[in-house]
Amino acid sequence: MTTTVYVPCDTTAHSLGADKVASLLERAARERSLDVTIKRNGSRGLFWLEPLVEVDTPEGRVAYGPVDPSEVASLVEAGLFDGAQTHERALGLTEEIEYLKKQQRLTFSRIGITDPLSIEDYETYRGFNGLKSAIARDSQSIVDEVKTSGLRGRGGAAFPTGIKWQTVHDEAPGQKYIVCNADEGDSGTFADRLVMECDPYLLIEGMTIAGLAVGADQGYIYLRSEYPIAHRILNEAIVRATDAGYLGMNILDSGRNFHLEVRLGAGAYICGEETSLLESLEGRRGLVRAKPPLPAIEGLFGRPTVVNNVLSLAAIPYILDHGGQAYADYGMGRSRGTIAMQLAGNVKRGGLVELAFGTTLSDLMNDFGGGTLSGRPLKAVQVGGPLGAYLPESQWNNPIDYEGFAAFGGVVGHGGVVMFDDSVDMGDQARFAMEFCTVESCGKCTPCRIGAVRGVEVIDRIRAGENAEKNLTLLGELCETMVDGSLCAMGGMTPFPVQSVMTHFPEDLTPQYAKEAGGTPC
Amino acid sequence: MSNASAPATGAWTPALIQEVIDAHKALPGAMLPILHAIQDRFGYIPDAAIPLISETLSCTRADIHGIITFYHHFRTQPVGRNVIHVCRAEACQAVGSRQLEAHIKKTLNVDYHQTTLDHEFTLEPVYCLGNCACGPSIRVNDDIHGRVTPTRFEELADELTTAVVEVK
Ligand SMILES: Cc1cc2nc3c(=O)[nH]c(=O)nc-3n(C[C@H](O)[C@H](O)[C@H](O)COP(=O)(O)O)c2cc1C
Ligand code: SF4
Ligand code: FES
Repeated sequence: MTTTVYVPCDTTAHSLGADKVASLLERAARERSLDVTIKRNGSRGLFWLEPLVEVDTPEGRVAYGPVDPSEVASLVEAGLFDGAQTHERALGLTEEIEYLKKQQRLTFSRIGITDPLSIEDYETYRGFNGLKSAIARDSQSIVDEVKTSGLRGRGGAAFPTGIKWQTVHDEAPGQKYIVCNADEGDSGTFADRLVMECDPYLLIEGMTIAGLAVGADQGYIYLRSEYPIAHRILNEAIVRATDAGYLGMNILDSGRNFHLEVRLGAGAYICGEETSLLESLEGRRGLVRAKPPLPAIEGLFGRPTVVNNVLSLAAIPYILDHGGQAYADYGMGRSRGTIAMQLAGNVKRGGLVELAFGTTLSDLMNDFGGGTLSGRPLKAVQVGGPLGAYLPESQWNNPIDYEGFAAFGGVVGHGGVVMFDDSVDMGDQARFAMEFCTVESCGKCTPCRIGAVRGVEVIDRIRAGENAEKNLTLLGELCETMVDGSLCAMGGMTPFPVQSVMTHFPEDLTPQYAKEAGGTPC
Repeated sequence: MSNASAPATGAWTPALIQEVIDAHKALPGAMLPILHAIQDRFGYIPDAAIPLISETLSCTRADIHGIITFYHHFRTQPVGRNVIHVCRAEACQAVGSRQLEAHIKKTLNVDYHQTTLDHEFTLEPVYCLGNCACGPSIRVNDDIHGRVTPTRFEELADELTTAVVEVK
């Protein structure tokens, strides 16, 4: 009987030597004349254990990790191919790993279990059930199901997805588009990437359902160019889904069509903003458009367009398969369902944690994350990407929910949690927030374009001890001008991390501190 | 092996560029797909491509120039045999990317957007590679590497240079 051994193929596993591990395992099996099949699965999202090798046994899949290529020989020696559990890298049954077991995986139910490109695997785990249910309904009832779910956009703004779809649905019939925002520019986030690399049919299914719901027959995935593996996998998945009748003309003999194409971005953070993204898709510079008109009414090429984040679209198949209410049963307050939080930065056990809204940051960072990688005390955590505030310890016990976070100036955003230990110089982080804005501003409005440049200069002066008091006041005013006067959230929120440093870590913005820490002020 | 993902450096001719443009010109919003295809094929976007695109898509040369310069990914100069992108974003900063960045610049003796004298490496900044739980991260051509320490970087750079020599 052949033994199946799994070695993940996602970017993180790859970045830590998974390809080498796979080829060494293959060779070891051959040398021993063992009947072993190496299957490249997706990642389970337990990144601190990557490369995470799994072996099929009668009791279930057992895991080993993290497996450095140099450890393959000793693992094989210790009976990896038989699922033996004596090696120090042995982790027991995969499903019993606490980090995984404690999660509520609705969207990510399949990642790491399947071969991402196998349609058969996808179908085995309820794949395309949502699409089949959608095909059997009229478009309004699909939209209603999404409304019932309470799903809100996972790209950052948390706008109710059902209402957005209703707007596009209600526009007069004609060319409409579904655009998937796969620009995932926030540092500390990788959940979109995990969907695309580890369960690409999930996104395809979600977009196809969106097309049926609003009457769109063309979709685009706007993918950042920093994701070469996702690009390859998505393109192949689109070909296979089309061949299998799930995409293209006459989907599942329904008489309905939906075509899908991947378009690559070109390294511009601002193109994650939906109107900038549409400009870019149309072939121009990614200058932000003033709203209104909303993309739902005048979007791509002037036509009604749904723009949704990968995770919003990837939640749809579950909602159509199990019903909107089943999704809404998770969560708290007006934040329904689950959120994919991503533990990153200085963290011992980094990875994807999908849970119902309502857990605290502290639980995430300690129970799941295990504290910092360095073992030093945690000092600050940036949630919600580069435009999110740095949160001090006093804010780590708030439950994660959109309204709750907004109440204290926090941003849930796309769910990135970037942890820093006490060696961080928060003055550096404040400066970087402004610097990032100088690099990535689209340049359309003055508060953002000029403000960020001034911001860097003023922070440098404060840290060099030039008129520190006066310059701190100036920095405060500059932040307010950017918040109030910018056209979009790039300029409007860049001050959030800066202001949070001024409020919660003021000692890091003084010249003395820069000197003691041995930091260079400029 | 690492060479598999090395950037393309095929020599261009106006006819070859036109061929690439023609293969994509019918797409709605063809501009970015065309620029990507040219850069993928020739390693960069030669100046000579601009009038050809302008002619085909009926837009001004100034427009095209504006588009190319807006996007960090596009480049108008040839690059080294290997392009190294160093992640400068927050999650990597939290695990020492600032030190790694300084080390790489010193080792290669170049700053961002520059190429080493031996044309082996071009250095570019990048803001997140989606590998944020296992930083510091760098991208070498199409391969992403995680938990890159200064020592690991030197090993990588050695492997890349040796691989090139072997091929020759
Ligand atoms: C500067 C900026 C960057 C953004 N980047 C992204 C991004 O990378 N991915 C994303 O889905 N949304 C991003 N957004 C939010 C989008 O504008 C938009 O709200 C979202 O794509 C809508 O989809 P959703 O309703 O499913 O969240 C960004 C917004 C701003 C202001
Ligand atoms: S705030 Fe910045 S990014 Fe947004 S429109 Fe203005 S200049 Fe462009
Ligand atoms: S911040 Fe460096 S990979 Fe995301």
